[in-house]
Amino acid sequence: MDEEYDVIVLGTGLTECILSGLLSVEGKKVLHMDRNDYYGGDSASLNLTQLYRKFRPDQAPPAELGRDRDYAVDLIPKFIMASGELSKILVHTDVTRYLEFKQIAGSFVYRDGKISKVPSTEMEAVKSPLMGLFEKRRAKKFFEFLQGWKDEDPATHQGVNLDKDSMKAIYEKFGLEPGTQDFIGHAMALYLDDDYKTKPAREAYERIVLYTSSMARWGKSPYIYPLYGLGELPQSFARLSAIYGGTYMLDKSIDEIITDADGKFVGVRSGEETVKAKQVVGDPSYFGAGKAAADGGKVRVLEEGRVVRAICILKHPIPGTEDADSAQIIIPQNQVGRRNDIYVAIVSSTHNVCAKDVYVAIVSTVVETDRPEQELAPGLQLLGPVYDKFITVSSLYTPTSDGTSDNIFVTRSYDATSHFETVVEDVNRVWKAAVGKELVLKKREVEAEA
Amino acid sequence: MSKQFQFKLVLLGESAVGKSSLVLRFVKDQFDDYRESTIGAAFLTQTVSLDDGTTVKFEIWDTAGQERYKSLAPMYYRNANCAVVVYDITQTASLEKARSWIRELQRQADPSIVIALCGNKSDLSARRQVSQEEAKKYADEEGLMWGETSAKSGEGVADIFTAIAKKLPLTAPPSARGGAARPGASGKPGGVDLNKQANAAGANEPCNC
Ligand SMILES: Nc1nc2c(ncn2[C@@H]2O[C@H](COP(=O)(O)OP(=O)(O)OP(=O)(O)O)[C@@H](O)[C@H]2O)c(=O)[nH]1
Ligand SMILES: [Mg+2]
Repeated sequence: MDEEYDVIVLGTGLTECILSGLLSVEGKKVLHMDRNDYYGGDSASLNLTQLYRKFRPDQAPPAELGRDRDYAVDLIPKFIMASGELSKILVHTDVTRYLEFKQIAGSFVYRDGKISKVPSTEMEAVKSPLMGLFEKRRAKKFFEFLQGWKDEDPATHQGVNLDKDSMKAIYEKFGLEPGTQDFIGHAMALYLDDDYKTKPAREAYERIVLYTSSMARWGKSPYIYPLYGLGELPQSFARLSAIYGGTYMLDKSIDEIITDADGKFVGVRSGEETVKAKQVVGDPSYFGAGKAAADGGKVRVLEEGRVVRAICILKHPIPGTEDADSAQIIIPQNQVGRRNDIYVAIVSSTHNVCAKDVYVAIVSTVVETDRPEQELAPGLQLLGPVYDKFITVSSLYTPTSDGTSDNIFVTRSYDATSHFETVVEDVNRVWKAAVGKELVLKKREVEAEA
Repeated sequence: MSKQFQFKLVLLGESAVGKSSLVLRFVKDQFDDYRESTIGAAFLTQTVSLDDGTTVKFEIWDTAGQERYKSLAPMYYRNANCAVVVYDITQTASLEKARSWIRELQRQADPSIVIALCGNKSDLSARRQVSQEEAKKYADEEGLMWGETSAKSGEGVADIFTAIAKKLPLTAPPSARGGAARPGASGKPGGVDLNKQANAAGANEPCNC
């Protein structure tokens, strides 16, 4: 390890692996390390042995769950928006070569004690019990307005200024009922709380457009999912990095982040070895997250909230989902008297993540009280009998600085959103700080083929 | 029309045993004495035609050096149809490493995977440390194919890949990712091909019921 690198990357979560891959393609000499003996960090998918070792160190996985190799249980519940930013990166880097995707079969929303399908076609919308007849007409006008919007053509604006007017004002303009607003803001724009309503409507508009264009790509739901679990994503970007010369070391303890007298990054110490680089990029767990005092007394990350997640193993699909092999269910906060939505994400053997006839559901929400597990109750109730359940409460960390002053670039924790859009935002943020320019995706030259 | 099959083939083995050299010989019939550790091209294809008119297209994955520090990602071999596990006949330790890869494949890979154990650098038989008998015996016990090769002279290289090609269509149904049309899932229910342009034909499936 006496070589010197351009960048050391710590942790093999998806954010770090995308960065590592893109940096290697850019020609940087990258050393990528992880303290675990597996890829993925907090965004890993675990087999049964790893899952029980993590949550129940003194219990072996029950034999009736089947073969270890059939399992890839995600630690965080996220899906890929079909037309979102992660899809674009996958295509541009050609990492799609290493992966196979399937659709998530349905998207559902909870209302008045029942779950209903989020319409994926006009036919479904007409039949949907989510709105009455008159409300459907009003909603149709609203969507036609959004679809027709052209920034450069004021005639399409109907007097609305997306950068000034609030979403609340637009809902009112079209006379939409509170239930419809919930549906649009939470099931389509995928906001976790209602803060968006009072902000300029531009962002909500963009989110709705992303949702509808993702939905239009393959139908059924706006989401796709990689076979063998989300953990395939970081591994695929790690391979991209390796192909472009990135060096990989798993199972390495990271004992010290070494800085010079000015606090600037010098290198990383692992046991007796020290390896130097110009910059370091890493997830919060390598920079003092959860510790009272960080290395050298410098606080590099702050907790900005917590997420509670329950990984549930089921032996049946979720009731009311038409036996979907995979689905998202959104419980809007209003419906259950909360500030933040509760999400349920379910996948199954169709996605090669568990044995046949087993389903893996993750119920999650942003923690609001000092009894996080109880906050999940409305989601857990939808599942029916749960075979086994693993609860995690994770802090969401955010870096205290952008890293440009000390060459230490810390990524953010995986948030409570249902997709990877914020992960890509973080990739863009770190890239800009570390490389000094905006990330521009170029279609990669495909490797030599015979 | 003759049948065409496509299979994912992965190379495994200790660093410097000659994995990339074997691929280079098989795909381009070249050899390089001063080959650097693998950078860049790590994904090649080569087709083998069999006597009965069947053609087998190998999609060959090289490790890209990730095995060097025991950091090869399981996704590399997870759904491989076949694996060539390479050792260097002049290095006893490399056979040990090959055994540990074979154990890993038996534990984690698809149960129908075809595994070939390959003793490379047969041109250096003067410095041989691993006897043919020892390697063959182990391969027989584990039900593996076995052969010796020299990426340098080319000896045995085509033979081992052809032997795999003969065995594959019979034993291993083309798995999802190795299937005839890449990416395999796009042809299956619910499978999607991200490389297809957005809003291209078929964007909305006629029936979502
Ligand atoms: N004499 C002889 N040398 C060989 C043969 N095959 C490979 N070599 C040499 O062995 C060295 C390593 O070969 P590579 O093909 O790079 O080995 P590798 O297994 O791909 O190594 P990594 O990419 O580091 O894992 C090179 O110097 C090759 O020229 C062979 O059949 N005979
Ligand atoms: Mg090589």
